[in-house]
Amino acid sequence: MSLALDKPRSPKRPAARRSNGELYSWLFMRLSGLLLVVLVLGHLFIMNILDGGVHKINFAFVAGRWSSPFWQFWDLAMLWLAQLHGGNGVRTVINDYARKDSTRFWLKMLLYVSMVLIISLGTFVIFTFDPNISN
Amino acid sequence: MTSAGAPERSGTTRGGGTLYRGDLGMWSWVAHRITGVLTFFFLFTHVLDTALVRVSPNAYDAVIETYKNPVVNLFEVGLVGAVLYHALNGIRVMLVDFWEKGAKYQRVMLWTVLGVWVLVMIPGFYFMMERTISDLVGGH
Repeated sequence: MSLALDKPRSPKRPAARRSNGELYSWLFMRLSGLLLVVLVLGHLFIMNILDGGVHKINFAFVAGRWSSPFWQFWDLAMLWLAQLHGGNGVRTVINDYARKDSTRFWLKMLLYVSMVLIISLGTFVIFTFDPNISN
Repeated sequence: MTSAGAPERSGTTRGGGTLYRGDLGMWSWVAHRITGVLTFFFLFTHVLDTALVRVSPNAYDAVIETYKNPVVNLFEVGLVGAVLYHALNGIRVMLVDFWEKGAKYQRVMLWTVLGVWVLVMIPGFYFMMERTISDLVGGH
């Protein structure tokens, strides 16, 4: 009777097909984060602190801002980056804490649906905003 | 804690002086997660309320009035505080990842993050709550 032992360091199973998806996701969090620091802190400073803070905000204020392509682009970039950055973060949180595969799957589906909904709605509103809409 | 005969690997067990677990660095990560998730949930609501500009000026103005309520106003200070922490600590994370001395200075950088946070939030609180407080104490 001989004892059958694997050679040390012999692979237990064929190497998994690797993809760099998580690496790109990691890198995206840093790049989008850098942009969002400027976009979001600027947004919060203008909206919540400057010139009376939240009390100055109404339809006319929004109409004034979105008459400028600069602020339209600012808000569009912020919407997309924040949704993708935040969605990617919540995806990681779900992966970490969901215990059953089915829970993980459905939570992520819910997340992806909400991301598509919010990005589409926000983009639609920025591009079709009408300052002369009736009351 | 360590009884006689315990394996000499106490550094890898709970409370045994690991570099990370239970240390300040772990709590900075916990706070980063919580502030991130809260901000993401708020963003969902915020895009929906802003979408009302596409319905009518009255509908938008009516909903924006709730943001001017004193209690909601206080929540906004909390939101700004959460986002500010997430932004500052995010810069710290990037420095740890990409700056050769980042890991060495991670603890100093965390205290810097907290210091800057306090320095910004004090005047921030004042400007965010100024109108609400003066209204509450009977100003005009």
